[in-house]
Amino acid sequence: MFQIAPRSPVYDVVVIGSGAGGGTVTKVLADLGVNVAVLEAGPMIDPQKDFKEHMWPYQVPHRGIGEGGAGYFGPTPWAFGYFTTTSGGWQLPGEPYTVAPGSKFQWFRSRVIGGRTNHFGRIALRFADYDFAPYSRDGLGTDWPITYDDIAPYYDKAESFIGVTGSKEGIRSAPDGIFQPCPVPRVHELLVQRAAKKLNIPCIPSRLAVITKPTNGRPPCHYCAQCGRGCVSASNYSSSQVQLFPAMKTGRVKVFTNAMARELVTDGAGKVASVSYIDKTTRSEKQIRCRTVVLACGACESARLLLNSKSGNFPNGLANGSGNVGRNMTDSVGYPLGAHIPALDDLPRHNSDGMGGMHLYIPWWLWDAKNKEFPRGYHVEISGGFHMPAIGSFHSDCRQHEGYGKDLKDTIYKHFGASVSFAGRGEQIPNENTYCEIDPDVVDQYGIPVLRFHFQWTDNELKQAQHMHETFQALLETMGGTVAKPKPNFLAGEGISTGGEIIHELGTILMGNNPAASVLNKYCQAHEVKNLFVADAAPFVSNPDKNPTLTIIALAWRTAEYLAEEMRKGNV
Amino acid sequence: MSETSRRGLLKAIAAAAMAGPLTLEAAQHVHGIAADEKAAGSYKPKALTPHEYKTLQVLADLIIPADERGPGAAAGACEFIDLLASQNPQLLAIYTGGIAWLDRSSERLYAKDFAGAPAQQQTALLDLIAYRKNESPMLGPGIQFFDWARRMVVDAYFTSPAGIKAIGYLGNTAVANFEIPQEAIDYALKRSPV
Repeated sequence: MFQIAPRSPVYDVVVIGSGAGGGTVTKVLADLGVNVAVLEAGPMIDPQKDFKEHMWPYQVPHRGIGEGGAGYFGPTPWAFGYFTTTSGGWQLPGEPYTVAPGSKFQWFRSRVIGGRTNHFGRIALRFADYDFAPYSRDGLGTDWPITYDDIAPYYDKAESFIGVTGSKEGIRSAPDGIFQPCPVPRVHELLVQRAAKKLNIPCIPSRLAVITKPTNGRPPCHYCAQCGRGCVSASNYSSSQVQLFPAMKTGRVKVFTNAMARELVTDGAGKVASVSYIDKTTRSEKQIRCRTVVLACGACESARLLLNSKSGNFPNGLANGSGNVGRNMTDSVGYPLGAHIPALDDLPRHNSDGMGGMHLYIPWWLWDAKNKEFPRGYHVEISGGFHMPAIGSFHSDCRQHEGYGKDLKDTIYKHFGASVSFAGRGEQIPNENTYCEIDPDVVDQYGIPVLRFHFQWTDNELKQAQHMHETFQALLETMGGTVAKPKPNFLAGEGISTGGEIIHELGTILMGNNPAASVLNKYCQAHEVKNLFVADAAPFVSNPDKNPTLTIIALAWRTAEYLAEEMRKGNV
Repeated sequence: MSETSRRGLLKAIAAAAMAGPLTLEAAQHVHGIAADEKAAGSYKPKALTPHEYKTLQVLADLIIPADERGPGAAAGACEFIDLLASQNPQLLAIYTGGIAWLDRSSERLYAKDFAGAPAQQQTALLDLIAYRKNESPMLGPGIQFFDWARRMVVDAYFTSPAGIKAIGYLGNTAVANFEIPQEAIDYALKRSPV
C-alpha cells in the first residue's frame, strides 16, 4: 500500500470520469460551492484544434479512408470514421478486456475529457413512468427504488440546462419535457411519417440534445449535421463543452487528465480515503485524497474499479457484500434495415443537413398492447437525406448497378439521398448469463486486472429484433421501397446486434432498497460505504427503450444535490 | 475549402452565432467561403509509372466521364489512387497487376495497349469486365481489378470539389434557419405511394 503524502490536499469530492455523469456531478457541485477534483483517464481536448467540423473529405489526402487506403482492407483506427471526433475505440492499445467462451461482446471505451458525450447521437429521451416499475408490470427484472415523479424534476433541470428539442405529444411511452423547437422534417422523414400514419405508428419531432435557441451563452445550431465531429460552437450537448469547461472557470474544479483510476483506498472506518491512480504520462502511481468519491467511469469501468478495490473489510471488492457488482448488465437491442425509395430518385437538390441526426423519430407505440410475442419495446431511429459524400457512400451503387460511364454517373446522381433506413433500439431484460467480472489471468499495461464479459440474448430480445424487422419492412414497403435483405433467422441469433455494440451497457452497480440485493441506495450512495456514490449508468435497474444519456444526467444531478446536502449536514 | 477558409467559416459561425441566430447575410458569407475550391496542382505520380498513370487516367474518365454536371474523374481520382498505392504495396500490386492485365488483354484482342486503343475497343473490353455475371477464369482478374478501380474512382470523384458539385450536395455550411424547399417536398409527395 502506498503512503499518502500527509500534506496533500483533500478534495471534498473526487469525481472519476468526465462523461455525462461526471460532467453533470462536477457542474452541479461546483455551482453549489463544492471543491471537486476530476480524474479523466484520457487527454484534454481543444475543440478549436481537435474537432474536424466542416472539413471536406478532399482536405485530407486519404479522404478519410486512412493512409494506404487502410479502410479498404480492414478496420481503421477510427471507430466511427476519420472525421468523427476522437472519443475512444472498440480496442484500446495496452488496455485489453476479455470475453468468456460462448459469449460475444464488444466494449467501446472513451479515454478523453467528455468521454462518449463527444460523439454520442444526442438522443435525449425521458424514461416513461412505467419504465421504473418493470417487475410490477410484467414480472420480469426488478423495480427501481425511485419513481418517475422522483426523477422528473431532474429531467426538467437537465433539459433546461443542456437544451433538448422536441414537442408536446402526450404519449405515455415518451413523456414530454422542457423542449426547444425542433427543426422541420426532411423530405424522407415526411414520407416516413406518412407511412407510419398509415400503419398507426406515431412519428414525432426528435428529442435531441441540440439547441435551437441561444442557451446559457451557447449559440444555436447552425444545421451542418456534423454533431459527431464535435461542435465548435457547442450547440449540442457534450459534457466537456457544456459542463466541465464552464465548471473549470469557477476555480473550484481541478481536472487531472491521463489519470487512470486503479483502486479506491479505504480507511479503518471503511470509508474511501483516497483514490489511487496511474499518471499515464509518467507511468507512475499517485494518490489523491477525498472526503467523498463519485464513480462515473462508465458502467463497466466503474464496476471494474470497485471489483479491483479489495481489502480486508471488502474481500469481494468495495461495496460488494451483496455480490451484485458486475451483475444485472444489459445493452440495448439493435437492428437496422434500409431500402432505396424510388419516390426520392432525382430529388431536387437542396441542403438537407439539419441537426446531426433525425428530425423525426418513432417512439414505442405498443406499450399497452396485449398478446405481444415479447415483453417491453423499442423506439425507431430514422436516417436518410443528402449527406456529405464520403469514401464508401456509393459502394452499394457500384455493387448493384455495376457498369461504368455516363450510366453509372447518372445512377449515382439519381440515388443520392434516395435511401431510407431505420434502426431499432430496444430493451434487454437482465439475465443471469449477462455480467462482467474480473478476469483472474489478465492485467492491462498498468497492471490493473481487466474485465471479462459474459453476454447472452434471450428469446425476449430475439423476438423483439424480429418485430423490428417486420415493422421496418412494412414501413419501407409502404413508402414504395423494396427490401433486398433476406429476413434473418432471428430465433437462431441472426440479425440482432452484438452485445455492447449499441454502447448502452449499464446496470452493473445496481441501486435498490434492499442491501442484500443491490449495491447502492436510492440516491446512488453505496449501502456499505457512505462516502461512495455512482453517477453513470451503472445504478440503472433496467435499460428501457430510451437511450440512457438524459437519464444519466438527471440521476447524476439528483445524486450530486443529495451528496452536497449530506456533506453540508456532516453525514458524509 | 482550404484549411484557412474552413477556419474562416468556423470564425464566422462563432462570431455571427454569438450575436444570436445567424443572419442570412452571415450564412451566405459562410456559404461563399465554403464554395472556394482547392486549385488543382500538377501532380507527379509517386507509385505508378508514367504509362500506368496514363492508363489509369483513361480508365478513370471511362468510369466517370465528363458530362453536363461536371468533368470526368481522371485528375483527382488518379492522384488519390497513386498516393495511397505509394503507401501500401498491397494496393500498388492491385493497380500495377490490373493495368498490366488490361494492357495484355487489349493487345491480345486489338494489338494495342489499353490507353492506345480506340475508344470503342476500350469500352468493348470494359463491357466484359464491368459485370460479375461475366465471371470466368479468363476474365476473373479483370473483373476483380475493375471492381477496385470503379469503387476507388467513384470514391475519389464524389469526394472531390468537382464531384461534390456534380452530385449536387449543397450542405456542409451554416444556416440560420433550417428549411426544406416546397418544390422538393412536392416532388417526392407526388411520386410517393403514401
